[in-house]
Amino acid sequence: MLEIKNLHVAIEDGSKKILNGLNLTVHNGEVAAIMGPNGSGKSTLSYVIAGKPDYEVLDGEILLDGRNILDLEPNERAAAGIFLAFQYPIEIPGVATMTFLKAALNAQLKEKGQDVLTTPEFMRRTFAAADKLEINRDMLKRALNVGFSGGEKKRMEILQMALLEPKICILDETDSGLDIDALRIVSEGVNALRSPDRGFLVITHYQRLLNHIVPDVVHVMNAGRIVKSGGKELALELEANGYRDYQTAA
Amino acid sequence: MTAHVTQMKTAAETALAAEFVAAKAALPGTAAVGALRESAFAVIAEKGLPHRRVEHWHYTDLRSAMRDAKPLAGLPDAAALAAAKAAIVPHARPGLAKLVLLDGSFVPELSDLADLPQGVQVMPMAKALAEGNSEVIARLGALEVAQGDHALALNASFMSDGVVIVVAADAEVKAPLNLIHLRSNAATASFARSLVLVNAGAKFTLIEAYESTAGRAADVEAQLNDALEIVVGEGAEVEHVLLQQLPRATLALTTMTVDLAAQSAFNSFALVLGAGLSRRQLYVRYSGEHAKAGLRGASLLKDRQHADTTLIMDHAVPNGESRELFKHVLDGASTGVYQGKVIVRPHAQKTDGGMKSNALLLSDDATMNNKPELEIFADDVVCGHGATVGALDEDLLFYLMARGLPKAEAERLLIQAFVGEAIEFVSAEPLRDALNGHVDAWLSER
Repeated sequence: MLEIKNLHVAIEDGSKKILNGLNLTVHNGEVAAIMGPNGSGKSTLSYVIAGKPDYEVLDGEILLDGRNILDLEPNERAAAGIFLAFQYPIEIPGVATMTFLKAALNAQLKEKGQDVLTTPEFMRRTFAAADKLEINRDMLKRALNVGFSGGEKKRMEILQMALLEPKICILDETDSGLDIDALRIVSEGVNALRSPDRGFLVITHYQRLLNHIVPDVVHVMNAGRIVKSGGKELALELEANGYRDYQTAA
Repeated sequence: MTAHVTQMKTAAETALAAEFVAAKAALPGTAAVGALRESAFAVIAEKGLPHRRVEHWHYTDLRSAMRDAKPLAGLPDAAALAAAKAAIVPHARPGLAKLVLLDGSFVPELSDLADLPQGVQVMPMAKALAEGNSEVIARLGALEVAQGDHALALNASFMSDGVVIVVAADAEVKAPLNLIHLRSNAATASFARSLVLVNAGAKFTLIEAYESTAGRAADVEAQLNDALEIVVGEGAEVEHVLLQQLPRATLALTTMTVDLAAQSAFNSFALVLGAGLSRRQLYVRYSGEHAKAGLRGASLLKDRQHADTTLIMDHAVPNGESRELFKHVLDGASTGVYQGKVIVRPHAQKTDGGMKSNALLLSDDATMNNKPELEIFADDVVCGHGATVGALDEDLLFYLMARGLPKAEAERLLIQAFVGEAIEFVSAEPLRDALNGHVDAWLSER
C-alpha cells in the first residue's frame, strides 16, 4: 500500500512550488487513476515517488507498506517495490537491452538479499514476458530504447515492470504516443499484472486509456493537490466537461 | 624591425645537446644514418623542446614538463633481462607470436622469431641501420606531413633499435603479431624506432603493448620517445591495436606515421591508461586514391595524469575516407587533450572525412582540451567533426537507478557504453573482450 501524506514539493532551487499538501492512498489490488490539466503536478508526483533528485521535499511523507521511503535512493525504492513507467523512456546508447535487464533484475535481487538469477533462468523469464508483449528477440539485442518507436519504448517499460514484479506501479502518461494497437498491447500487459497484492497509479490526460485499464478510483489533481476523488464514472464526466470546474475551485 | 629573441636553454635542452655529442658516434648506423641524426637534432638545437607557444604543443608543454633529460638507456643487462622475462608472461597475448623490446632494444631471446606467421619477416632496426639497409633508411622520417615534428626529430636523433617488420605481398596473416615494449624500472630515456612495411594485397594485424617490467607501481622517472612508421601497400589491409599501461612516473611520447597506398585500409585503436604524461601523435598520409583509415582510441585517466592525442590526416589525393573517434574519461585532476586536424589538399576531391571526440568528466577538477580542425582546400568534399565535453547524464543515471541499479553500477554501465562505442571497431572479439576487461578493471579501481 502506498500512502502519501501532506506532500509539499518544490523544484530543487526552491524557485517554484509544485505539490501543495497532496494526500493520496493506493491500496493493494487497486488501480487508481490520476487525471488533471497540464501543469497540475502529475509527472512531478511520479518522479518524487521514484526519487528523482531534481526536487526538494519540503514537508510530508511517502509510505510504502508503512515505511517512509523519502530517505531512500531511487535504486533502494525500486528494490522496495516502486516502479515508474516513464512517459518518455530514455535511450541509452551502447547498453544492450538484455544487459540492462539482467543488471536491473540482479541488482534488485541483491538489494533484497536474494540469489541472483542464472543466465538460462533470466533468459527464460525475459523471453516469456517479451513474447506476451509482442517484443521480438531482435529488439532485446539492440541498445536500450535506441531507435525504438514510441510504442516499442512503452512495451519495453511494461516488460521491465513484468520482470521486476513491483508492489506499486506508476504509469506516467503511458498512453501518450501510442496508436490503437500499441495501446491495446500495453493495456493487456498491464491488466495481466493486476493482482491483489499490487497497486497501480495510472496518470493520464485522457479517458481513452481508462477504457482499457479500468480504474477502481479516479482522483482529480489540480495545483499540486487532489481536489476530487470518485469512481470510474468521474473520468467520463471529466472527458465531457473538462477540468474547468476544478481549476476555478483551486 | 624584428627583434631576435634567444631563448635560454633549459637543463633538459642542455643535457640533450651534450648527450647527442657524446652518444652519436656510438649510436647504430652508417654515414647516411649519421647525417639523418644530425639534421634531426638540428631541429631540436634550433627550436628547443616544444612549449605552449608552439601551437600544436599548446596543451602539452613539454619544455616545462621535462625537468631534465634522462641518460640514454644502454643495452639491457642480465638483471633487466631477467625482470623482462618474468614480466612478459602476463603481458603477452596468448597464442600470438611476440616481439619484445626492452628499453628500446630488441631482445631476440624473448621474442618468437622462430614462430613468426607465414609471410612475415622481422629484423632488428639496429641491424638495418648499421648495415645501411637503403630500403629501411629511405623510409625513416619520409612522411612529409610529419617533417619538422619535435618528438619525431628527437627520436631520429637518438634512435637505438626497434624492429623492422616486412609483410610479403598478398600474405593473409591471420594471427596478429604482438609487439611488446617493456620499460625497466630505471631512470633512463629510450628511443625505439620501428618500421612496418606491408606489401600490396597483404592483410596484417599488429598489437602493441606498453608496460613496465616492474608493473604499474614502478616509481622511477623514466622517459620514452618511440616512433613507429607503417607503410600500407596497394590494396593492403592493416589493423593496429595499442594498450598503454606504463607507470605514472613515466613520460611517454609516441609517434605513429601511416602512409596509405591506393585502395588500402588502415584501422587503429589505442587504449591509454598509464603514464603520468603521455602524448600520442598520429600522422596519416593518403598517397593513393580510394584508401580508408579509421583512427580510434580511448584514454581513461585519473589523479594528475595528462594524456594528449594529436593527429593529422593528410588527404593529398582524391577519394580518401577518414574516420576518427576518440573518447576521454577523466577522473580526479586529470587532463585530456585531443587535437585532430583533417587536411584536404586542393586536388583531393571526393574526400569523405568524419571526426568525433567525446569527453566525459567524472570530477570537477578534470580538464579536457578539445581541438578539432578542418583545413579544406578542395570544393567537392564531405567532412564533418563533432566535439563534446560533459558529465554523466543525470537523466540516464536516474533511469538506471529507478530500475534498481545502485549509483556506482549505473555510472559503470554508462562509462562502459561510452568507451565501448570506440572499442566496437576492433575487429577481433577476443581483443575487444580483453580491452573491455581493462576498462572494467579501471572502473573497479575508481
